[in-house]
Amino acid sequence: MRNHASLAEQFNLDENRVDWHNKTLWFVREKRDKQSHQVPDWEKLREIASKIKLNVLSNLDTYLMEFEKNALANGIQIHWAKDAEEHNEIVLSILKDHQVKYMVKSKSMLTEECHLNEYLEKNGIEVTDTDLGERIVQLAKEPPSHVVLPCIHKKKEEIGEIFHKHLNAPEGLSDPQQLTEIARQDLRKKFLQSQAALTGINFAVAETGEFVVCTNEGNADMGTHLANVHIACMGLEKIIPKREHLGIFLRLLARSGTGQSITTYSSHFRKPRAGQDMHIIIVDNGRSEHLGKEKFRNSLKCIRCGACFNTCPVYRRSGGHSYHTAVAGPIGSILNPIRNREDYKDLPFASTLCGSCTNVCPVKIDLHNQLYELRQEIIASGSGESIKGFSMKMMARSLSNIKKYEKFKRTVKWGYRYTPFLLKNKINPWYKHREMPEMPKESFKEWYQKNISDGK
Amino acid sequence: MKVGLFIPCYIDVLYPQVGIATYTLLKRLKVDIVYPMGQTCCGQPMANSGYEYLACGTNKNFIQQFKEFDKIVAPSGSCVLHIKEHLKGESDLEKNQALHIQNNIYELTEFLTDVVKVENLKASFPHKVGFHQSCHGQRGLHLSGMSELTAPYFSKPEQLLQQVEGIEWVKLDKKDECCGFGGTFCVTEETVSSKMGKDRLADHEKNGAEYITACDMSCLMHLEGIANREKSHVKVIHIAEILNTQNAEQ
Ligand code: SF4
Repeated sequence: MRNHASLAEQFNLDENRVDWHNKTLWFVREKRDKQSHQVPDWEKLREIASKIKLNVLSNLDTYLMEFEKNALANGIQIHWAKDAEEHNEIVLSILKDHQVKYMVKSKSMLTEECHLNEYLEKNGIEVTDTDLGERIVQLAKEPPSHVVLPCIHKKKEEIGEIFHKHLNAPEGLSDPQQLTEIARQDLRKKFLQSQAALTGINFAVAETGEFVVCTNEGNADMGTHLANVHIACMGLEKIIPKREHLGIFLRLLARSGTGQSITTYSSHFRKPRAGQDMHIIIVDNGRSEHLGKEKFRNSLKCIRCGACFNTCPVYRRSGGHSYHTAVAGPIGSILNPIRNREDYKDLPFASTLCGSCTNVCPVKIDLHNQLYELRQEIIASGSGESIKGFSMKMMARSLSNIKKYEKFKRTVKWGYRYTPFLLKNKINPWYKHREMPEMPKESFKEWYQKNISDGK
Repeated sequence: MKVGLFIPCYIDVLYPQVGIATYTLLKRLKVDIVYPMGQTCCGQPMANSGYEYLACGTNKNFIQQFKEFDKIVAPSGSCVLHIKEHLKGESDLEKNQALHIQNNIYELTEFLTDVVKVENLKASFPHKVGFHQSCHGQRGLHLSGMSELTAPYFSKPEQLLQQVEGIEWVKLDKKDECCGFGGTFCVTEETVSSKMGKDRLADHEKNGAEYITACDMSCLMHLEGIANREKSHVKVIHIAEILNTQNAEQ
């Protein structure tokens, strides 16, 4: 069965890789800590960002309409897509209008969510991802494993192999600088030949109708400056009310995600340049339904910084692909099952509820509480595994009053003494990597009865 | 002030010495403490697995057992947090009783620092000790500062351990990473869970700990299981046992 636990088990077959993955992401988490300590009132900044986003979610329709009005006045064309399918069709129709055959794309998790690449390729359009990490996974025909560091699961030697296979790189190359140069030369061609560029949107400003795209490689700018068609796609929650709020989010985004003070390129787009066609597609794809779920609503504040991935001790040891979805990690474990319960019902259980994600989140999403609540919903809707449900029912009954509890204790003790083979075998998941605790002679209660309460 | 002692089910059955240390320590500090005989479990194992709805029996029982006390104390951060956040009463009366319990339940170390306000424990434990910050106590009950936040560091358990003579602190590389126990997570996600435990243990080993201590026996049970499997020299000990050492010597 394809679920988080089994995929994580696969990832763990290579323990060295797990250690390396863990170390790499922890390094980023520590960079984030240093950066956050350098900003006075960091916690206040998080609080303000959270409040701005809550305000946005409460007045989403107003802000979206304000944004549309201003963007239209700036000469941008606006499209609304209710789901992934509509989004993909809109992109295709724009490209067809302009007879585009080649398109470059800068990283956009939304298009991953909509599976745009496959759709366009099926329709005869060549799409090139231009973010280096994204390009590598594209060549390897894999989905990204992290929202900010899409290729973090691959070692440089493996990247060398991919480049050897697809980009004519010499065999055995693993020097990052040389590999980057090879990718750069290849991408240059793609940039020059492409007729359209697609970007994501990090922040869309209602007040001005402009939007901001953050990249570290300048690839969004390169693409959009060269092509005559710019398509920008956003989930409808990407809105912020005013330009002055950008300062808050831009300070939080890069520091939280990669431990940089600011993303290398924060590009502002306000109107198409002469002769250029600029489109924005505003996508719902389950978001408005999500908005209506009060308990889970505030996870729509997410700005996709990736901090919760880097800190999550489970993500670090199970790898992004174990979440079998575009947005992995703690936030993915909320967003995905809300949109598609059946396929992602395993994800809310892929957490120890340690709460570290909640603490790092720059917009203060109470991730671990939502994971807890989602578990309750998933089980209540009957999606749990029946064996687990049965044992839980037995357990609940045994613990519900003292008589049953004492009987339960006696059974456990008996089992320990007479049937240790039932506990000490590899079918018992506890025993696979751990010894069983010893069974003491008497319980605390027995001690108390004997020594304190005199058996009363 | 009448205080009810809550001993979580797995401590009752598997680690009675932790309950004994807690009780003896509190008695020594002149706390008027009683162990209600009808108690069972807080209901957390069901709730964290998504079966909170099955916890009505344990909720009812918990409320019955502890409603009369001014304060309730338990040597387990995660059980206390569970009660604080999720104990539910059915009738209005029960709801009020649950609320009273939620407002007055304490994890052992916070009870000692905030209610008893101990300043001199007269305990002694001349060993190298690594402290494992259990997540639910730390991030849930705010027993200590958290590495993710920028607020100044504090720690209630450490405040107490500093009063223990001869104890030698071990500085860990990751000062507050989860050990991977996570309730039923330890079996449903066995692979990741044990890997996390292995890594946690390795951090303590590498930095020279003889003992790992914590406010939660569940984390320690998991770490002990791994340490024993790996034939590690590191032992686990609940913080109540360290704080109660002098008593044991007398
Ligand atoms: S949930 Fe928070 S920490 Fe995680 S990606 Fe979104 S904004 Fe960042």
